[in-house]
Amino acid sequence: MSSLPPGFLLFLGSFLVPLFRGKWRAAYMLALPVMSFLHLMGLPAGFTHELELFDYTLTVARVDSLSMVWGVIFHLAVFLNVIYGLHVKDNVQLVCGPLYGAAAIGAVFAGDLISFFLFWELTSLSSVFLIWASRTQRAFRTGMRYLIFQVGSGVALLAGVIFHVNDTGSIAFDHLGVGTLGTNLIFFAFAIKCAFPLLHMWLKDSYPEATTTGAVWLSAFTTKLAVYALARAFAGTEALIYIGAVMTAFPIFFAVIENDLRRVLSYSLNNQLGFMVVGIGIGTAMSINGTAAHAFCHILYKALLFMSMGAVLHRTGTVKASELGGLYKSMPWTAAFCVIGAMSISAFPLFSGFVSKSLILSAAAENHHIVVWFVLVFASAGVMEHSGIKIPYFAFFGHDSGIRCKEAPPHMLLAMGITAALCILLGVFPETLYAILPYKVEYSAYTSSHVVGQLQLLFFSMLAFAFLMRSGIYPKELRSTNLDFDVVYRRWIPGLFRALAPIGRFLWSTLIDGGKSIVVLVMGAGRTLCSPRGFFGRTAQTRNTVLEVAVILAVLLILYYA
Amino acid sequence: MDDEKKTYWLDDPKNVTLLVRVLYGVCGLLFVVGFFTMSDHVHFDWESWPAFYGIYGFLSFTFAVLVGKQLRKVLMRKEDYYDE
Repeated sequence: MSSLPPGFLLFLGSFLVPLFRGKWRAAYMLALPVMSFLHLMGLPAGFTHELELFDYTLTVARVDSLSMVWGVIFHLAVFLNVIYGLHVKDNVQLVCGPLYGAAAIGAVFAGDLISFFLFWELTSLSSVFLIWASRTQRAFRTGMRYLIFQVGSGVALLAGVIFHVNDTGSIAFDHLGVGTLGTNLIFFAFAIKCAFPLLHMWLKDSYPEATTTGAVWLSAFTTKLAVYALARAFAGTEALIYIGAVMTAFPIFFAVIENDLRRVLSYSLNNQLGFMVVGIGIGTAMSINGTAAHAFCHILYKALLFMSMGAVLHRTGTVKASELGGLYKSMPWTAAFCVIGAMSISAFPLFSGFVSKSLILSAAAENHHIVVWFVLVFASAGVMEHSGIKIPYFAFFGHDSGIRCKEAPPHMLLAMGITAALCILLGVFPETLYAILPYKVEYSAYTSSHVVGQLQLLFFSMLAFAFLMRSGIYPKELRSTNLDFDVVYRRWIPGLFRALAPIGRFLWSTLIDGGKSIVVLVMGAGRTLCSPRGFFGRTAQTRNTVLEVAVILAVLLILYYA
Repeated sequence: MDDEKKTYWLDDPKNVTLLVRVLYGVCGLLFVVGFFTMSDHVHFDWESWPAFYGIYGFLSFTFAVLVGKQLRKVLMRKEDYYDE
């Protein structure tokens, strides 16, 4: 039992979910992450589990301070997701959710690149079913696009690992650093799953099309696993500082005008990943701590926000800002939990985002990244815009849509309640979070200048919102699709192919016609040669045969005596 | 449902105005408090300006919204743009 790798119980256990029904299933599914977590806690520090495979020694499990942060929060996320999804009866989702979580847990504890690759692929394959489970034509196509990106990342990873092992002979999953073809390919694989700019489209494309519960599952694992992988292998890579800064900023503009609130949350997720990537790029003990802490807090408040929007979708059938408003009258608890999530992501003092994001900002300031620091503070105001205000305001307040529905089901409220409580607890008692971070760092987020500065940033942002709303400048929520970079492969490239079709048809018909005429020529020649009067068709005459035999005998005679 | 007839505190525009005035008050207060607190433990000089974060926040927020609004002119399409 104690020699099993972390997450293994959850992995095996998830396949048995369909054997249970009703309350037994609920109890079994809740027990899975709890048992798996207790097993992880029972492992000794520095635990490793090795396996011989052909010529390689695979380190299937390696428990250290970095992997532990992700191990803990992934277990917590599985547990909260199971509660939130207790109404689900679809076996596909019931199996794939925990399996996806187990794959992510397996990946963060993988000590070698081969096991890591296998878990990396398993997260892709298990998660796509959470999108397909919507069972619409639209979700099917989105799932296919999602899978192309995810498997593409897996192929890049595998290719990179092969080159890397060829170069170094080592399969260890430790710091790699960019530079060789192998490590660059691995970096690219991580970049896809971490939704770097111009590789980000799969995220905002697929998460909003998943089921109500599926989106909550998806929000927790894939991208944070990529953050972990980058922190493990590419900490201190300077390019990440600038890539991360761009990631924090550009989704903000898209989020302002996006109508689908789960898509707004997807852009917001992308923006939050940016903060973590900056922390990895700086690469100091403080900034890596910041990234780990931010990943931890982020999984909770982002799950909370996706849960609240999922509850709205569950009850009203839509999460379009243009259709919603005034829902606090029908769903007061959901509204309250959503506001707590919004305050956490906006980093209000006493909420979780405040104690984690400030580590990254302080690290950027300490290392004199002035421009990046300004971008990050700008992005913090941007977070206030799309997640702090837009999500709760347009769903629950603002113009009353007249929609009256029931409050979210009790189990959803319970999941949201626990998550909300955790967001506040982490904000009030940051030491508990700091204690499990990879490095020992003396840090206090609660200095008077920091608290007042952050409050100024947030309240003056609200002031700007009030001003823009009251003066009518704030853009109305409209039913619309906004183009993002995915238009390139969803419209432009197919359009180009359609435009080039006549040329293709011409070339094809030339090829076919040319081929046909060659066939006709060969057939004609064959017919001529084999006809009764043709070369092969003629009947040989006796005198010719006698002559031929005489010639052969003469040749034999000469050869015999020669 | 009697729920529909029920009026809520926020339904009255006067109360919304009141909330906005409270917001003005809080912002004013934070501005004043900034004079006393923004000197300890800062990395950059400008962080110690009493209202640096307030002004930068206000401008950032407005900038994000205005740029987003302009982006609509270039990026906005019909809702069923990608549907066949």
